Amino acid sequence: MFWEMLKGALVRQSRKMFMVAITIALGVSLTTAMLNVMLDVGDKVNRELKAYGANITVIPRAASVLRDVYGIEASSGKTGQYLQEADVGKLKTIFWANNIVAFSPLLETKATVGSDDITVVGTWFNRQLELPTGEVVETGIKELKSWWTVEGNWINDTDIKGAMVGSTLARKLNLHIGDSVEIVLPGGTQGEALTVQGIFNSGGAEDDQIFVTLPFVQQGLNLPGKIGKIEVSAITTPENELARKAAHDPKSLSLKEWETWYCTAYVSSIAYQIEEAVGDSRAKPVRQVAESEGTILQKTQLLMLLITGLSLAGSALGISNLLMANIMERSREFGLLKALGATDRDVLLLTLTEIMTTGLVGGIAGYFLGLGFAQIIGHNVFGTAVAINAMVIPWVIISVILITLVGSLPAMRMLLSLRPAAVLHGR
Amino acid sequence: MSLLELHDVSMVYGSVKALQGIDLTVEKGEWLALMGPSGSGKTTLMNIIGCMDKASTGSIVLDGVDFTDVTAGNLTMLRRDKIGLVFQQFHLIPYLTAVENLMVAQYYHSMPDEQEALLALERVGLKERARHLPSQLSGGEQQRVCIARALINYPMLILADEPTGNLDEANAKIVLEFFQQLHREGHTIIMVTHDPKVAELAERCIVLEHGRIANWKDRRVVCREEEVS
Repeated sequence: MFWEMLKGALVRQSRKMFMVAITIALGVSLTTAMLNVMLDVGDKVNRELKAYGANITVIPRAASVLRDVYGIEASSGKTGQYLQEADVGKLKTIFWANNIVAFSPLLETKATVGSDDITVVGTWFNRQLELPTGEVVETGIKELKSWWTVEGNWINDTDIKGAMVGSTLARKLNLHIGDSVEIVLPGGTQGEALTVQGIFNSGGAEDDQIFVTLPFVQQGLNLPGKIGKIEVSAITTPENELARKAAHDPKSLSLKEWETWYCTAYVSSIAYQIEEAVGDSRAKPVRQVAESEGTILQKTQLLMLLITGLSLAGSALGISNLLMANIMERSREFGLLKALGATDRDVLLLTLTEIMTTGLVGGIAGYFLGLGFAQIIGHNVFGTAVAINAMVIPWVIISVILITLVGSLPAMRMLLSLRPAAVLHGR
Repeated sequence: MSLLELHDVSMVYGSVKALQGIDLTVEKGEWLALMGPSGSGKTTLMNIIGCMDKASTGSIVLDGVDFTDVTAGNLTMLRRDKIGLVFQQFHLIPYLTAVENLMVAQYYHSMPDEQEALLALERVGLKERARHLPSQLSGGEQQRVCIARALINYPMLILADEPTGNLDEANAKIVLEFFQQLHREGHTIIMVTHDPKVAELAERCIVLEHGRIANWKDRRVVCREEEVS
C-alpha cells in the first residue's frame, strides 16, 4: 500500500515533483561540475602556469654559492662549475618523475657577432631523450618556453649550424630568417657561420640572445658533455607550513613529517629529489612562480567551493519553498492519513520517501548534467577536457541528501504540527 | 451498557470557551444526533470524542479506556482501533481508487486486504466502481466510499460529521438508509447534523448552544411514553 500511495502521489504531482527534481538537478549539476573541475584544476592551473616558465633551476652545487654570494649566474660559464649533460635524463627517474613536464639543459657564453657582444645559449630544442627505463621523452625549450612566438622554425637538435635569434637582437643586427650570422665564441679566432632558422619573441631577456644547439657551444668552449644549468618545469602542490619548514631545512622534520613531505609534490620535495638524482647539484625552486601557483590554485579552489556552497544553499531554499507549498496544498490529505491512524512517523516516512525519490532522479540527472558543465568549463577555461573523478560521486550523494533534507526541514516541521481536526474541519 | 462517557468536559481556545461542562453518556448500539447552530461546539465535541483533539478539562472514557491524559500517539492508536470517521466533504485521497482508499485505512490499522475492501464496497453498492478514482464518482458514491472506509476496521463507534450535508436529496436518502441499516446491525453512531429530519432518525438528539447542552430529546423515552399512554 505504501508503494501505491507513493506512486500515486508522485504520478499525480509529477509536475510539482519535476520542479523539485529540476531544482535538485541544478544544485547537484553545479556541485558535480565544480568538484570535478576543482579536483582537476590543480593540474589544469599548474599546466597553465607552466607556460610561464620553469619553476626549478638546477645548478652545480659550488656555483650556487657563487650565485648566492656574488650573483654570478651558473650558466654564464664564469663560475667554472658545470653539471654533466648525461645526468639530465636522471630527472625523469625521481619519485615525482611524472610531475616533471619539461626540462632543458643550458650552457651560456658571451660571444661576438661583428663588433657586438652578445650572449649565446646552447640548449636542447626538442630532444628525444631515452631514459634509463627505456622510455623516450621529448623535451627541450620548445616545451619549456611554450609561450615564445617564433617566426620561422624551431631548430632541430641535430642541426648544429642552426640558430634562433631573439627578436630585439635580430632587429639590432638586421637579421632575417635564412640569413647567416657569424659567431665568435670566447677563445676562438674564427667565426662560425650559423643560419638563422627562427626569430623568437619571449617578452624577456632572451630577446637579446641567440639560442643554438648545445653541442655547438660545448665544442666552441671545449666543454664536451658539460652544461651550466637545467631549467625544470614541474607540476607542484601548493606550499603549506610543512613545505615551508622542509624548504628551510629538511632535516628539521620528524620522520612522519618527512615521509609526508617527501611523498607530496611540493616544489621543495621535488627539488630535493632532483638533488638526490643529479650528482653535485643544487636544485633551487623559483619561489615567485611556485608561490604564485599555490596562491592562484588556492584562490581558484576557494572560489569554486564558494560557488558550490552557494548553489547548494540556493537549491535547498528552492526545494524548501516548493515543498512548503506542496505540503500546504496537501494538508487535508496528510490530515486524513493522521485521522485514519497514521502516526507522525508514518506520514514523515511517506513524504520523505517521495522527496528522496524525487531527489534521486534529480541527483542522477544533475550528476550527468554537471559532467557536461565540467567539460564546458574545461574547454572554455582551460582548453581541454576535465577528468571525470569518481571521488565526486560520494560527495554528490551527500549533497543530494543534504540539500533535500535541509530543504525539507521546514515542510517536515509543518507536517508534524499539522492537526487532523484543524485541517479536516477547516479550523 | 455505556460505550462512551464524558464528564464535565470543557474546551477552551484562547479566550473562547468552545465547550463547557459537557456530561454525556452514549450506550453501545445507540444512534445519537448532535444538533446546534454554527459555533455551538458540535464539531469540537466530535473532535474530542474522535480522539482528534484533547479536552481542556474533564474526563472521557471510551470502551472502558480513560483517554483524558493519554499522549498524542496513544490518541492516534485509540482513533485507529475504535473509531470510524465519516466526513461531510468525504476526504478521499484523490490519486487512489475507491478500493485503495479503503486499503489505506486497513494499512494504517493492520494490514491491507483487497478482498475485504472489495466486500466493503460491495456492501455499500459500489463494487463495480472499485477501480474508479474519487473524481470519477458522484458525491453520493464518494460518501458511500467514505462510509465503507469508516467501517473497514470494525470500529466501536462511528462518528459522522454532517454526512448528508454535501449531497442531493436522492443521495442523502441512500446514505441515511445505509446508516439506518448500520444502526439495526448494532453499530454505535454519533452524527452531527443541521437537518431535523436526519436527527429524527436517531434514537437521541442533543442540542448544543454556546458550548453547553441546551436541550435533548430521547425518542426511546417518547416511544415508551406513547406505548404506555
